[in-house]
Amino acid sequence: MFDLDKPWRIDDRVAVRPEPFGALLYHFGTRRLSFLKNVTVLTVVRSLADHPTARSACAAAGVGSSALPAYERALATLAESQMITMRTS
Amino acid sequence: MAPERPATQRVPRLVEQFERGLDAPICLTWELTYACNLACVHCLSSSGRRDPRELTTAECKAVIDTLERMQVFYVNIGGGEPTVRPDFWELVDYATAHHVGVKFSTNGIKIDPAVARRLAASDYVDVQISLDGATAEVNDAVRGAGSFATAMLAMENLRAAGFKGFKISVVITRHNVSQLDQFKELADCYGAQLRLTRLRPSGRGADTWHELHPTAPQQRELYDWLVAHGEQVLTGDSFFHLAPYGGPLPGLNLCGAGRVVCLIDPVGDVYACPFAIHQEFLAGNVRQPGGFAAVWRDSELFAELRGPQSGGACASCQFFDSCRGGCMAAKFFTGLPLDGPDPECVQGYGAEALTAADPATTPRPALDHSHRGGVRGRREPVPVTIGRRPQAPPAHACDENPLAGFPG
Repeated sequence: MFDLDKPWRIDDRVAVRPEPFGALLYHFGTRRLSFLKNVTVLTVVRSLADHPTARSACAAAGVGSSALPAYERALATLAESQMITMRTS
Repeated sequence: MAPERPATQRVPRLVEQFERGLDAPICLTWELTYACNLACVHCLSSSGRRDPRELTTAECKAVIDTLERMQVFYVNIGGGEPTVRPDFWELVDYATAHHVGVKFSTNGIKIDPAVARRLAASDYVDVQISLDGATAEVNDAVRGAGSFATAMLAMENLRAAGFKGFKISVVITRHNVSQLDQFKELADCYGAQLRLTRLRPSGRGADTWHELHPTAPQQRELYDWLVAHGEQVLTGDSFFHLAPYGGPLPGLNLCGAGRVVCLIDPVGDVYACPFAIHQEFLAGNVRQPGGFAAVWRDSELFAELRGPQSGGACASCQFFDSCRGGCMAAKFFTGLPLDGPDPECVQGYGAEALTAADPATTPRPALDHSHRGGVRGRREPVPVTIGRRPQAPPAHACDENPLAGFPG
């Protein structure tokens, strides 16, 4: 399960290409492609490294409590595909 | 062909975005040379002999610079046999140093133990070994004598070097569709991933497609096998025409031509897709002012492909939403209208249409770099070149003569 209360960041081997619909993510290690389907989730993902927890990154990007579960699922998918990774600090 | 499947679920609105085209391709195919040591009977680019107008090392590097600026994540390098270019490794290093990943297709001829170790050391390089039969008998009938052994040796070298997850790339034919489980075992045994793609009637494939493409019952068998193996097997999104059998396969399920993918050929010509090497699908050349970026952005052909497409004869079919009319190149080179059914339409409309197609007016692949006469590993001349040598040099985008293409 994805832990919203842990610190996260984009994996070093991931390239992010902003697009009108959100962004494309490509992981050079797994050679997988992912899509961020809106600009808010792009903001969240890009700011993960600046926040103590994923929850606070979501809050700062304006994700309300009703929308949070959807963002949690999106982040879980990204973690599963190694696009984002847990920080040690 | 579209990029390998995304990890997340498809969303219709996203697909619509892709249909309208992106500012830069997600990935593209770049055939570095028409030179090849083999003479596969279904070669999509009719490769064999090097084209003297091939892009120079400096020109290739300029293309890579452009791809880096456009944030193209990776290129699928092919040919011909790309590794026979003397500057191949230099270009691979240049691309990866400039954040453009490389996935290259090879018959394995240059993958010796030293090369395999070098490849295994890089995150940014992926290798696809082409293999069109799980046995030498089936493979060599299509790819030439000795080609199975060459591929197996390359795979052995990659495994020994610890290269995890290289691809075994199989073009599905009537003769290997019964070997799907064997291919999977082979991939598992080498720590590789299986990649299955569709045979297109492109290049020399135009002459062999009718004998080699899977039969209707085999298509069904293939679809069921793909559904059963899901995400473990890559398809380059090439079987979306099978979706009406019972729902989409993993992937984008759309024709990405000129929208999210394209082809750069060895002389720098940009085509809508790797299977459409023909004037009709030529968007420009990377040697033009503005280079590849300008072609991608400004080509009239690409603008057209990104516009609304008419379903034509297929629009009234209940499955149109899932197959979207199938593959443009497959229709074109079998003489079918682009807004009609795919020749392998699972409803059988394509087979019907094929009987009505006129071979005399069916477009021919535009270029032919096939070996003339015998090729190493083949005891006789390549059968597919017989009787199809062009009457005149191929007409070309830069040929300003209005009579270009007309003999005499």
